[in-house]
Amino acid sequence: MAASKISLRGVAKSFGPKKVLQGIDLDVARGESLVVIGGSGSGKSVLLKCILGLIQPDAGSIRIDGEETVDLSDRGRARVMRKFGMLFQQGALFDSLKVWENVAFGPIQSDGMDPAQAREVALAKLGAVGLGPDIAELRPSELSGGMQKRVSLARAIAREPEIIFFDEPTTGLDPIMSDVINDLIVKCVRELGATAISITHDMASARKIGDRITMIYDGRLIWQGPVAEIDRSGNEHVDQFINGRADGPIRMQVRKL
Amino acid sequence: MNFPLVTLLGRMTISLLTEIGAVTSFAWTAIRQGMRPPWYSRQVLRQMLEIGYYSLPVVGLTAIFTGMVLALQSYTGFARFSAESAIPNVVVVSLTRELGPVLAGLMVAGRVGAAMAAEIGTMRVTDQIDALTTLSTDPFRYLVAPRLIAGVVTLPLLVLVADSIGILGGYLVGVYKLDFNDAAYLRNTIEFLQTMDVVSGLVKAAVFGFLITLMGCYHGYISRGGAEGVGKATTNAVVSASILILTFNYFITEAFFSR
Ligand SMILES: Nc1ncnc2c1ncn2[C@@H]1O[C@H](COP(=O)(O)OP(=O)(O)O)[C@@H](O)[C@H]1O
Ligand SMILES: [Mg+2]
Repeated sequence: MAASKISLRGVAKSFGPKKVLQGIDLDVARGESLVVIGGSGSGKSVLLKCILGLIQPDAGSIRIDGEETVDLSDRGRARVMRKFGMLFQQGALFDSLKVWENVAFGPIQSDGMDPAQAREVALAKLGAVGLGPDIAELRPSELSGGMQKRVSLARAIAREPEIIFFDEPTTGLDPIMSDVINDLIVKCVRELGATAISITHDMASARKIGDRITMIYDGRLIWQGPVAEIDRSGNEHVDQFINGRADGPIRMQVRKL
Repeated sequence: MNFPLVTLLGRMTISLLTEIGAVTSFAWTAIRQGMRPPWYSRQVLRQMLEIGYYSLPVVGLTAIFTGMVLALQSYTGFARFSAESAIPNVVVVSLTRELGPVLAGLMVAGRVGAAMAAEIGTMRVTDQIDALTTLSTDPFRYLVAPRLIAGVVTLPLLVLVADSIGILGGYLVGVYKLDFNDAAYLRNTIEFLQTMDVVSGLVKAAVFGFLITLMGCYHGYISRGGAEGVGKATTNAVVSASILILTFNYFITEAFFSR
């Protein structure tokens, strides 16, 4: 295997007494698409935010292209951030800006592209996710959930990042729109030749997007393997999760009525 | 032995000091980051419009009634000593030194501080602030610094307007209700007004502008937990800005006028 694009060792993060990540070891190869599955509140979003440097981990090492990024200076952080694109769980579109301004935000504000040119780039990226120029002048709040997700996707790919993160890209969408988004993700990642980490609890989505799957449980990655092997993982937790059973080793805290 | 009251006071002191530390470090980060390019001048202009222009009606109304009531009240007091001629002087000095900046500050804190906390708080809880960072845009430079700059620049201008409108209010009551000679009223107003009265008021306004926008940004920036968190941030921004305005007002007055 070539040197890892992303490499985590012993990453830990607690919020007060709550231990969210308890020693995550993970390697993602250049050009690979990894899917992280796990229950709600298991720390999937926190994991991505640690890698992005939005949350400072309590312990551990995070290397991007072999460079240690924990405790990076402001300037170093900005340089590393340039490699990333992120699709947030709730879209996180800037609601004070028009759709095209959202997509053109990175090119204009951070890369100093001239607005007229950035608008062309934005329209092209919107086209790539199947949105016409008519919606470019609208505000994000005027769009449906599926369209907002697509605009977020266009914004995430606008600067042609080397690494893209997708945080629950299909949650809250109907099955058909979910599949549209999955196809777009696969297409965009392939065209950019990017390295991708996607979070999901939608198994159809996981199978479609991923080369490899890992499951987070109790602050650790309890299983990793190629997508094809997920059905014979031999791990009870994984089996329970992918089959969506209430019975099993993973117990929800539900009190008797 | 157990002293619940002492324990409580101790806890409150510690949390107050922690808060002061956090606010100071927030302000320091904003100033340090705001000094470095890129500067978002369009954001500064937008905020100046928001803070200054759109606050004009509220501040103007506050100022005119304050000027009017000052003239009326000082008349009822001073007539007893046949000191009515001091009224223009009382009106102009109280307005420029104290009431102009303090009342404008409190009105803007309610209007702008709250809106700022709500806007930035919503951006925080919907991950828009994290999204800024991933697009290589520093939120302190893009969101906080332009608001602080706009506050410091705009509030003195707003207070100049408030002072003028307040003086006009006093003049109207003086001339049309209390039967002052209009030329005499104006002469008394201008003769007694000293540069330091106006300057101290404008310095206060700049400080209040900083405090209002700082509280709006800070409480929005640290808000957590959905709509409820944003609601709390809004309240905290207005309450803390108002208290800070009144506290700083005393100390600035002392620095200028007690010797
Ligand atoms: N900034 C934060 N402050 C305190 N607790 C947090 C913060 N971010 C996340 N958490 C907590 O960490 C846990 C994991 O959250 P998250 O990673 O968002 O879960 P998910 O796997 O559903 O994405 C949750 O219990 C959440 O309450
Ligand atoms: Mg999440």
